[in-house]
Amino acid sequence: MAPEQIRSVILDILARIAPDEDLSELDDSVPFREQMELDSMDFLDIVMELRKLYRVQIPEEDYGELVTMDSTVTYLTPLLKDAESTV
Amino acid sequence: MSYDSIIIGAGMSGLAAGIRLAYFGKRVCILERHTTIGGLNSFYRLRGRNHDVGLHAITNYAPPGGKKGPLNKILRQLRFQWEDFDLSPQCGSSVVFPGHTLRFNNHFDYFEAQIAAQFPRQIDGFRQLVSEIDAHNIGDLGQTWISTRARMADHISDPLLINMLLCPLMFYGSPSAHDMDFNQFVIMFRSIYQEGFARPYQGVRLILKNLVRKFKSLGGELKLRAGVKQLLIEGKQVSGVMLDDGQILEAKNVLSSAGSAETLQMCGAEVPQDDRFTPGDISFVETISVLNQQPKEFGHEETIVFYNESEDFYYEQSKEPVDVRSGIICSPNNFEYDRPLEEGSIRITALANPDFWMNLSEEKYIEQKQYWYDQILESSLRYIPDFRPHVLDVDVFTPRTIKKFTGHINGCVYGAPQKILDGSTPFNNLFLCGTDQGFLGIIGSMLSGISIANLHLLNPK
Repeated sequence: MAPEQIRSVILDILARIAPDEDLSELDDSVPFREQMELDSMDFLDIVMELRKLYRVQIPEEDYGELVTMDSTVTYLTPLLKDAESTV
Repeated sequence: MSYDSIIIGAGMSGLAAGIRLAYFGKRVCILERHTTIGGLNSFYRLRGRNHDVGLHAITNYAPPGGKKGPLNKILRQLRFQWEDFDLSPQCGSSVVFPGHTLRFNNHFDYFEAQIAAQFPRQIDGFRQLVSEIDAHNIGDLGQTWISTRARMADHISDPLLINMLLCPLMFYGSPSAHDMDFNQFVIMFRSIYQEGFARPYQGVRLILKNLVRKFKSLGGELKLRAGVKQLLIEGKQVSGVMLDDGQILEAKNVLSSAGSAETLQMCGAEVPQDDRFTPGDISFVETISVLNQQPKEFGHEETIVFYNESEDFYYEQSKEPVDVRSGIICSPNNFEYDRPLEEGSIRITALANPDFWMNLSEEKYIEQKQYWYDQILESSLRYIPDFRPHVLDVDVFTPRTIKKFTGHINGCVYGAPQKILDGSTPFNNLFLCGTDQGFLGIIGSMLSGISIANLHLLNPK
């Protein structure tokens, strides 16, 4: 997947976790935690959704890479380069 | 048949845990002894009317569009939308003790102002207590029992205010007499005073039906009339369960919402136990009166009234069949729905003596229910206009009813005094969720199932 597709995948996951959230206003450079009040349970869900969809394993020490949309996409780009988008 | 996970009990916690597991691809089966779902928070039909079993109100209310708090957390974790629970906030509630009435609604400032007006010398101490509550971490799974009364006494010197603050929290969640664990107190204080009450127009059945629908749509299996007779033990492991009919189901792990002592009983006699597994003994009798009027038509507009007529407040197992000195009056009609409920009803709950109710013959049991129904209504009349001329139909449930439908020893409602916050048991792959894990109320019980499923079954360390 290209970075732009990865971004769509993450948006799709966020929409599933927080269906009431308006994601069109999401700022890619601001932490999810600040914009959406995501807590550790929610971050774990992003990780588990990625594992479920693409069998990608994200070790706990890397959870810090998932702070913003920009950092998440950068982190996932090499891991998902051969994956087919599901969105 | 072999599963990744077997869940014992199709109540709020079991169903919520089941959704989490099924969503992430686990083969999961929920086993429920009864013919219907819900456990302690079920619903039934009697003489053409729908009733909720235990529900007075859902605590932990948060308005739509919010992001914080337990309600939003479970909506996210279960992939529900706010509308799925259809919550209407309360109209307003009160705690009534001799000489004082404290009112509260879903705006904490209002409650604080009541305390400032009625207990001016205590308000600074109250605010300090609230700061301590705000700073407390309920997520710390290693904490042990701390006396709430001792903590409150550090800040508040008037025993009347202490008892008035404790009364609703104890009635809606304390498994222990006289005092409660500070962690439980914080959970209850937030859920009742800082977040508040709400109710779905259709009652608890709406939430349960949504949970089951989601669980099944994700491939989860639900077996009703499937009581677990025994957990099958091999050393420190559980290999599966034997049902009441002798059928054996295997699983990699088991999550039980049956209660801590009740779960260990299913493991057989040789299980090492400590006092964490002592069952609770606080139970209640509840009267349900269906009326030919809405309560506001005869002048009762409050959602819930917590009352106590004695100088001190006795939260303990009742020595009498029912302790009529205190109680809870709940009107399911008095929530801010966009249309009135079809019929009026009043539910009154009071502490009860489990042994008395368990040991009656069927004939005496029916007679005593009628007798205590009259006593409870009589004692409530200082706090609500006399609604007895409007009663169309009556139902009463007792500790015996609760034991029958939940399997809880003593028919206890809020489980064991000692909560097992991390859900662990003497067995490596057997975990607890629900009342005895430690989160209480409708939202809390779902959070319990979610937390333990996440901690042990989805992301084992």
